[in-house]
Amino acid sequence: MPFIPHTDDDIRAMLASIGASSLDELFDEIPEELKNGRLDRIPPALCELEVSRLMTERADTDGRYLSFLGAGAYEHHIPAAVWQVANRGEFYSAYTPYQAEASQGTLQMLWEYQSMMTTLTGLDVSNASLYDGASGLAEAVLMAVRSHKSSRRVLMPATVHPHYRNTVGTIVRNQGIELVEVPYCTDCGHTLEEALRRFEGQDFAALVIPQPNFFGVLEPVDALADWAHANRMLAIGLVNPGTLALLKPPGKWGRDGADIAVGDGQPLGVPLSSGGPYFGFMACKQALVRQMPGRIVGRTVDLDGRPGFTLTLQAREQHIRRSKATSNICTNQGLMVTGATIYMSLLGPDGLRRVAARCHANAMALVAKLESIPGVNRLFRGTPMHEAVISLPMPAADALRLLKVQGILGGLDLQPYFPELGSALLVCATETKTEADLARYADNLARIVSKKVDLPPCARKRQA
Amino acid sequence: MSLPENLKYSKTHEWARLDDDGLVAVGITDHAQELLGDMVFVETPEMGKKLAAGAECAVVESVKAAADVYAPVAGEVAAVNEDLEGAPEKINQDPYGSWIFKLKPDNADDLSGLLGAAQYQALVDSEER
Repeated sequence: MPFIPHTDDDIRAMLASIGASSLDELFDEIPEELKNGRLDRIPPALCELEVSRLMTERADTDGRYLSFLGAGAYEHHIPAAVWQVANRGEFYSAYTPYQAEASQGTLQMLWEYQSMMTTLTGLDVSNASLYDGASGLAEAVLMAVRSHKSSRRVLMPATVHPHYRNTVGTIVRNQGIELVEVPYCTDCGHTLEEALRRFEGQDFAALVIPQPNFFGVLEPVDALADWAHANRMLAIGLVNPGTLALLKPPGKWGRDGADIAVGDGQPLGVPLSSGGPYFGFMACKQALVRQMPGRIVGRTVDLDGRPGFTLTLQAREQHIRRSKATSNICTNQGLMVTGATIYMSLLGPDGLRRVAARCHANAMALVAKLESIPGVNRLFRGTPMHEAVISLPMPAADALRLLKVQGILGGLDLQPYFPELGSALLVCATETKTEADLARYADNLARIVSKKVDLPPCARKRQA
Repeated sequence: MSLPENLKYSKTHEWARLDDDGLVAVGITDHAQELLGDMVFVETPEMGKKLAAGAECAVVESVKAAADVYAPVAGEVAAVNEDLEGAPEKINQDPYGSWIFKLKPDNADDLSGLLGAAQYQALVDSEER
């Protein structure tokens, strides 16, 4: 459905037809004192040339770095075709699809996205996306509490991304829902079943299981999911969809599979864009579909028996169910999902698997190189996916600053989030890194660290 | 609009019937199912749940709305109609024959506080005006 603007002639003709002298006259019922008037503190309009110049200057201040930073948003190669196709007008400016007869293209694309997500997660139903991974996790927590009916407490491992824990806390805190932290094993870097024992016999609605976790370490998902079900709570899988092509999908965890899977879809063809927009995905078992928030597209037949698509199960949503709706979300990240669907179509299951495998190989190679630097060690024995935590013999913030001077983003300083780890850095290597890139990082870090390491007394004596 | 004389009615469009086994069967009226349209799902209450009179305890979902169903009298949920799980349309086809849940009433006399057929008809008429 194209957008057709009015010309000045159109406007004049319409005003003449209804007998109004100007557009302002149509608003003359609004009292003068309520009108905003001129917006004095906004500078005058710039022309396209001036705006382009301004934005280019601002973009230049971002700089271009060789990035080894992950922690929830990942640099992946996006084939040129993805956004070339997604930029087509039919996708780019499609309207919100409540009018099924005018939105079959959009609805079919969303249905295909949903189908791909169910395959990737191994679960029965997917919605058409949420805002992002963090709010998606909050929605999963709310969904679990609604479904469980008796408990309003949820177990949240400390290995879940700190930003996600903050966001979920903000959203559920005033709804009488308590998040109970599960400590991690400082040796292996993941949650231990033993740590959950103390919660047995208590009533919880769900256990959140991140995979991989914030440290990049793989959690024992089968044992954790089975423990959750044995203790009468739901299992929520918080997963990176890019890694699902390689790892066991949430629907296959343990004996019965996770009940809900959520996460951020940014790794699937969405550019980093200084932090967003990204999109959240959610999939669940069939039995929970009526508690799942967000839009759901269904495939059906029209009055003539021909196949078609429409939004379905809308009675859960707030425009119908109002205060008792599953959520107040009544939208989805349509454009990002379009990109992700095209990305997944282009790569296919094989391509996704190869990307994930290359990320893992690069991360292992990077860690091996960094570990060979005196004073640098890998923390945590657990298997890393494409991120790992290394400890440094100097404050991580200083190392990062010195790496940045060399045009390298070295990773995330974990001091603000996990001070108990001492000087620790979360490093990430995706398929975008070459051998030369890894060597450049390792060589620079070795140089930086060697200048700060205290030489033993015998070496100092020799220098004198 | 069909309106059996032998049933009691609530202001919120439920019907109630005291059965020989002492349980009160509850459903929604013909008027209600007509307004709601084709049923797609019925969420029945939990067995054993204790309800006050007027408490919301079930949900009937149609293609265009999801409406709460309220307990007409205080009691404990003694039975839920599992036939409605796969065939919610029974409520449209036979509203008075499709009970949604049965209550063990705290006090069987509470039913006398509900509306009779004529009073319910008057209520519907006044709502339509």
